[in-house]
Amino acid sequence: MTQPQHENMLEVKDIKVYFYDDEGRELKAVDGVSFSVRRGETIALVGESGCGKSVTSMALLQLVDSRGKIVGGKVIFEGQDLLLLPEAKMRTVRGKDIAVIFQEPASALNPVYTIGEQIIEAIILHQKLSFRQAREVAREMLRLVGIPEPEKRLNEYPHELSGGMKQRAMIAMALSCRPKLLIADEPTTSLDVTIQAQILELIRELQKKLGMSVILITHDLGIVADMSQRVVVMYAGKVVEEADRTEIFKNPLHPYTIGLLRSIPRLDREQTKLETIPGVVPDPSSFPVGCRFRGRCLYESPTCCEVPPPTLVGNNHLVNCHHWQEVRQGKETARF
Amino acid sequence: MSNSVILKVEHLKKYFPIKAGVFRKIVGWVKAVDDVSFEVLEGETLGIVGESGCGKSTLGMTILRLYEPTAGRVVFAGKEISRLSSSALRPIRKDMQMIFQDPFGSLNPRMRIGSIIEEGMSVHGLYSSTERKEKVRELLEKVGLSADYVNRYPHEFSGGQRQRIGIARAMALSPRLIIADEAVSSLDVSIRSQILNLMKELKREYSFTYLFISHDLAVVRQICDRVLVMYLGRIVEIADKKVIFSRPLHPYTVALISAVPVPDPDYVVDRVILHGDVPSPIHPPSGCYFAPRCPVAERCRKDEPPLVEVENGHWVACHLPGSLSLKRENGDKKC
Ligand SMILES: Nc1ncnc2c1ncn2[C@@H]1O[C@H](COP(=O)(O)OP(=O)(O)OP(=O)(O)O)[C@@H](O)[C@H]1O
Ligand SMILES: Nc1ncnc2c1ncn2[C@@H]1O[C@H](COP(=O)(O)OP(=O)(O)OP(=O)(O)O)[C@@H](O)[C@H]1O
Ligand code: SF4
Ligand SMILES: [Mg+2]
Ligand SMILES: [Mg+2]
Repeated sequence: MTQPQHENMLEVKDIKVYFYDDEGRELKAVDGVSFSVRRGETIALVGESGCGKSVTSMALLQLVDSRGKIVGGKVIFEGQDLLLLPEAKMRTVRGKDIAVIFQEPASALNPVYTIGEQIIEAIILHQKLSFRQAREVAREMLRLVGIPEPEKRLNEYPHELSGGMKQRAMIAMALSCRPKLLIADEPTTSLDVTIQAQILELIRELQKKLGMSVILITHDLGIVADMSQRVVVMYAGKVVEEADRTEIFKNPLHPYTIGLLRSIPRLDREQTKLETIPGVVPDPSSFPVGCRFRGRCLYESPTCCEVPPPTLVGNNHLVNCHHWQEVRQGKETARF
Repeated sequence: MSNSVILKVEHLKKYFPIKAGVFRKIVGWVKAVDDVSFEVLEGETLGIVGESGCGKSTLGMTILRLYEPTAGRVVFAGKEISRLSSSALRPIRKDMQMIFQDPFGSLNPRMRIGSIIEEGMSVHGLYSSTERKEKVRELLEKVGLSADYVNRYPHEFSGGQRQRIGIARAMALSPRLIIADEAVSSLDVSIRSQILNLMKELKREYSFTYLFISHDLAVVRQICDRVLVMYLGRIVEIADKKVIFSRPLHPYTVALISAVPVPDPDYVVDRVILHGDVPSPIHPPSGCYFAPRCPVAERCRKDEPPLVEVENGHWVACHLPGSLSLKRENGDKKC
């Protein structure tokens, strides 16, 4: 907020993506999400499975399933609203200015072309390079993401690679065009920790060199603590809390964030039963009115039937909860 | 956990041909699984960890005969299944299920998820049609999804939701052995804990046996009884979970455990960073496969270290076991 406007590479304002099911019901999967990303910054997008992280990030590029629609909002990228761009223009933004590491590599790679063909094609599409040069870049990228014998792997088809190699091939493709903004959706789920460390280091290096910004979607809070400067926490299609990294871990104020942090399994000791957040995630067709965390929340009161207003509770720390003050004092209501 | 061995893997090998040129001639072999032997007790959870590409998924698929083994034997519940015909294998299939690493590719995009979960039960003639429908709804709720989702198609779900559909499908048949390949990698910590608690419950109640393939060592620590560490198609260490996390002996295991990121911005760990190129299963190095990257290697590039039992139930393949040890401290934590 104290930063001048133009430092933001990306501003997402009140974006809404709704799906329509067979019965014509409206599923408000993403319902008024806002956040911004500064140049060279990494923000982490975290939240329960199904809360709308992937749909939000794909909507930035106008990539929405045919059953869904972007029904509102703005996506200001370097001063321009991407949602107003025609498809032809959008195609030059995708991959070049904004690259994506998709959550499921198998769905993003084409099974009938070799890894090499796919990476080289992406490079030639966005950069003025000959086939030979592009092949050289592709080989080097595969080496950088830790794939042994990259020369051989270029000739392999996706099904011939292990899960983690497919993921790395996609990372190589995304990074090969030196994007300004990288959307990394669960980029390291299939990678062991040593390779993961190497990939995260590579992303950090490119950030330093190119001023690349990153939207990092991950369930691994260890990576969040390691990589991001700011954290945006989503729940049921809405942002519930946003703060700097240390603040989120040290001083979380939304009851959902607190539940999330409590559920982290420990490496340093054994637990007989793992912590969970009680209750189930509501279905988008039947979100509770008012605060969507109602029914699972330890601080809930009748006031919560109204939508909680976003409150700025400190330096860059935004929370959407009626009872954040009680949360801060650790007073749970005796409902459970 | 009982004392009866439910799964026995002996000298299992799976090699994939490497093809090149227009005629796709075979020019070499990827030794994805290279002479692997181990046993699993009924009701036990065995964790399988190791570098990306080291052969974990291939091992799982070869055990289930989704890939034909190049050599070796697999004995499941006293029956050698590595040579059974596919019709003789069919009834046994019900007892061995896999949760696939890639949920997107393993779910038929044209089927509604209700039918996907029900399919196995109808193929094996289990329950009446109404019972099956009821069971599907029950399973969906157990994995934290709404029972009303039965008529939706796979692409209408988030990544983590699809992963849970795969889990529900595997559990539908109440198998004796489940091979879970990165089964919870796309789930947030709370739902993941819910699923892991469910797995533990099934294990307690019905003595389910799991082979649990995962990169997430914190999860492995919470759910497994023993851990098997693979490197480049081979086993480098097997031990009780407690032992692996407190006194790992193979330098690769030590490096692996020390590299786990910790969800605490103040946490300082003494990471063992591995240098050198990751070797390839196409041209494995001589001697110990880990030697080119091992911080303590000496003569290890010459002789291949055999897998030996160094103490009760703790097997290691290393010439210098224990010469790299785990350092982990809580940095300058201020509070
Ligand atoms: N094509 C679609 N049709 C209907 N609903 C959809 C569709 N795609 C996604 N959804 C729904 O939108 C919601 C948000 O999905 P999204 O993929 O953004 O979740 P996510 O936060 O990325 O979760 P995960 O961590 O599991 O990947 C989910 O409830 C999902 O079921
Ligand atoms: N169908 C196949 N054809 C050819 N090679 C294959 C095939 N499946 C796997 N491989 C190769 O076998 C090796 C082991 O792959 P596997 O998928 O078993 O690894 P993994 O340990 O599961 O890795 P990850 O953690 O990345 O999923 C890799 O080098 C891979 O390229
Ligand atoms: S607004 Fe109410 S229900 Fe929502 S998180 Fe805050 S206390 Fe809980
Ligand atoms: Mg997602
Ligand atoms: Mg795998």
